[in-house]
Amino acid sequence: MTTLATLFCPEGGHFALALACALAFMQGVLPLIGLRRADSPLTALARPLALSQCLALLFAWTCLIVASLGDDFSLKLIAETSAISKPWVYKIAGLWGNHEGSLLLWVTLLALWCAGLALLPGQNATRPERLPCRLRARLLALLGLVGAGFQLFCLTTSNPFLRLWPVPADGMGMNPLLQDPGLAVHPPLLYGGYVGFAVPFAFAISALLDGKTEALWARYMRPWVISAWALLTLGITLGSWWSYSVLGWGGYWFWDPVENAALIPWLTGTALLHSVLVVEKRNLLQGWCLLLAIATFAFSLSGTFLVRSGILNSVHAFANDPARGLFILGLLGLYGGGSLLLFAIRAPALPVPQTGFSPLSREGALLLNNILLCTLCAVVLTGTLYPPFMQLLFGRTLSVGKPFFDATTIPLTLPLLAVMGVSMALPWRQARADRLLPRLAPALLITAGAILPAFWLFPTPLAASTALLALWVISAALCDLALRLQALPKGDRQLHRLPRSLWAASLAHIGVGVTILGLCGMAGSQERLIEARPGTHATLAGRDWALTALTAHHGPNYEAVEAHLTIRQRDTHGPVLAELTPQIRLFPQQGQRTLHVAILHRPLEDLYAALGSVKEEHDPQGQGHYTAILRLHENPLASWIWLGGIIMALGGVLHLLPARRRLIHSAGKARA
Amino acid sequence: MSASLSFSRRKTGRFWIILACLLCLGSAAGLILNALSSTIVFFMAPSQVVAHPPAPSQTIRLGGMVVAGSLHTSHATDSTPEARFDVTDGQAAVTVQYQGILPDLFREGQSVVALGRYDGHGFTASEVLAKHDETYMPKEVADALQKSGRWNPRFGPPPDAASWNSMTAPPPIQTTGSGATE
Repeated sequence: MTTLATLFCPEGGHFALALACALAFMQGVLPLIGLRRADSPLTALARPLALSQCLALLFAWTCLIVASLGDDFSLKLIAETSAISKPWVYKIAGLWGNHEGSLLLWVTLLALWCAGLALLPGQNATRPERLPCRLRARLLALLGLVGAGFQLFCLTTSNPFLRLWPVPADGMGMNPLLQDPGLAVHPPLLYGGYVGFAVPFAFAISALLDGKTEALWARYMRPWVISAWALLTLGITLGSWWSYSVLGWGGYWFWDPVENAALIPWLTGTALLHSVLVVEKRNLLQGWCLLLAIATFAFSLSGTFLVRSGILNSVHAFANDPARGLFILGLLGLYGGGSLLLFAIRAPALPVPQTGFSPLSREGALLLNNILLCTLCAVVLTGTLYPPFMQLLFGRTLSVGKPFFDATTIPLTLPLLAVMGVSMALPWRQARADRLLPRLAPALLITAGAILPAFWLFPTPLAASTALLALWVISAALCDLALRLQALPKGDRQLHRLPRSLWAASLAHIGVGVTILGLCGMAGSQERLIEARPGTHATLAGRDWALTALTAHHGPNYEAVEAHLTIRQRDTHGPVLAELTPQIRLFPQQGQRTLHVAILHRPLEDLYAALGSVKEEHDPQGQGHYTAILRLHENPLASWIWLGGIIMALGGVLHLLPARRRLIHSAGKARA
Repeated sequence: MSASLSFSRRKTGRFWIILACLLCLGSAAGLILNALSSTIVFFMAPSQVVAHPPAPSQTIRLGGMVVAGSLHTSHATDSTPEARFDVTDGQAAVTVQYQGILPDLFREGQSVVALGRYDGHGFTASEVLAKHDETYMPKEVADALQKSGRWNPRFGPPPDAASWNSMTAPPPIQTTGSGATE
């Protein structure tokens, strides 16, 4: 049985990948020919081809996973990243923690999105809001072309099924830093988001190829934008949480190029999300929306490209290989540059709406949001690309870090937050100032009431005013919900009667507010470094931190030293608040040490301890003493940062849940 | 009548859009330029630091190899650990003072990047970076070593810092003087 699997899996998976590539090419070409010739059997091939491509890739994954679980070190990928002693969860999750595996994940996720598109029921006479079949075939074809390019890249330059000879007895093991449950989920979510923006991209290209937009195209496109956005939000949130809880530096965002590479498409994706609403409701900003869809996907691709090519060196553990970089650059030029060229040729011919546009209206606020988000994106892009360009053009090595991004992004975020609070209360078309003020009054009052506490609680005036604006966003969203609830007819005044899109938008805005509050709280974090023997006490943030013992600890593939810390409220006699056990782990296979941070999450603060190192000292009597170097942090509101991210993504998910049929029925009856 | 009205509304709408865009782009450009002039951090090798000392208030990244045998650790009165070590690019060496935990992969004879300020005598680091990979050498350090003529990557891995510090004979403190005359 095992020998059969060993014989079959690597080659079977390799074949399945090649098959998927061929199927993707067919999915890209045949339906387009079919649409051109009005040949419906050829067009109808798009769905089965998308499904079989997806199955082939899933089969390739199954083969890779079976080979990894069976420790088949004849596969180069597994020999380089796995080892017999590795826990089985990481034998699976570790597969996408490296270049080849993550690329295979990328194409598989794209195929899954295609399969989702293919499986969704199409338009019929009773459900006009569903996707028309011809448009779906066109989209599948375009996505097939994108997938085919990347699968070719996967097969030629970074094949996960390459074999090794002679076969090593054991693998080299994974970078121990990546051995973390967060890593098992982070890449699939992040890549799911990156790749998900391929669908709006296909919508945009399809519209440009036609030279006109379908009447409801924004309506068709919106759920795809929202689902990709929600995944990307979750992926970034999880990545930030990982760096906070695993890297042990006590920070959550380092403005590392790889992090920025995910933030940039998130910013344009958020702008796209809002501009789609304007197109759907008012049929304005069509060209702009198409451009954003193209830009978001192009930035997602360059996100992958920046990480893979090693143009920007970073802490992330991927191989640097110029040949791969060149191939990806080619793909990026083809897809990004080609679609921008198409946009430049076709966009001026798009029909121009004849409607007016008032700055004081929902669409006005959304437009301002778009402008601010795109400016933010430009700033982050400049900060990320400035060092490599200076290096390339002038040979000067420099770095742009947190001070730069703080100085540029915060002033742009503040007006964004201010607009967010107002936007929910604004009606479409034309708002009247005299009606707007009473609507905003409760939220304004709450925010005004919080001014003094904020300046007292937060360490700097900047943090306090940012926190106030975040509170303004949250209270405006909640007050808006309350006012709309009041506007419902009396018998029907229940929370679930409110439209779900309203709930979704409010939740997402509340999530942003919560995250920003968390960031402001973290500005007041305190930390202390101590060198301590067991029995030593230290005071931080009004608590007593005592090192009670240092013990040895054995893990599955590492040895560890564990420090036992007891944290007491107030002083040495106060009630015990927590026991923290940070570790240093030594992975003998890689000869590498990692910190294992201990964190106590509380609603208003995190207590965070990292064990830096342990050394043995001898006193004059010749007795050995162990001394530990500990880093202790008190991080106010830290968990709010990630809580906010989850709330934002929940808002997206809520928007996607299928509409309640009962309500639609009753609405239809009422209209009849 | 109504057509011309909607047309003028379209025009004012466009006016507002263009105004908002210009305002945002202008402020973004201002912010970027302002931030770039004050917050970017240049990389310098020890010989550059010695030859052209940066202003004492300017934060720089100092990169090179940690001289073997130069690391001394102690701790301050409030039990904060302190470290002192020399960083060299083979032509000059600079003494680095650091309060804090040195990174896991900090080793004598291996590459390091320190972030901090130089006051003419020593370098006070606020952060010391040694990346999480045993075989990794920061690109900046590799470039600095190549520039100083101590290492050509075509002939294998970089030499051990200890060996070429003995080649450059003078100990760190005297190197400061000879570096300044170069």
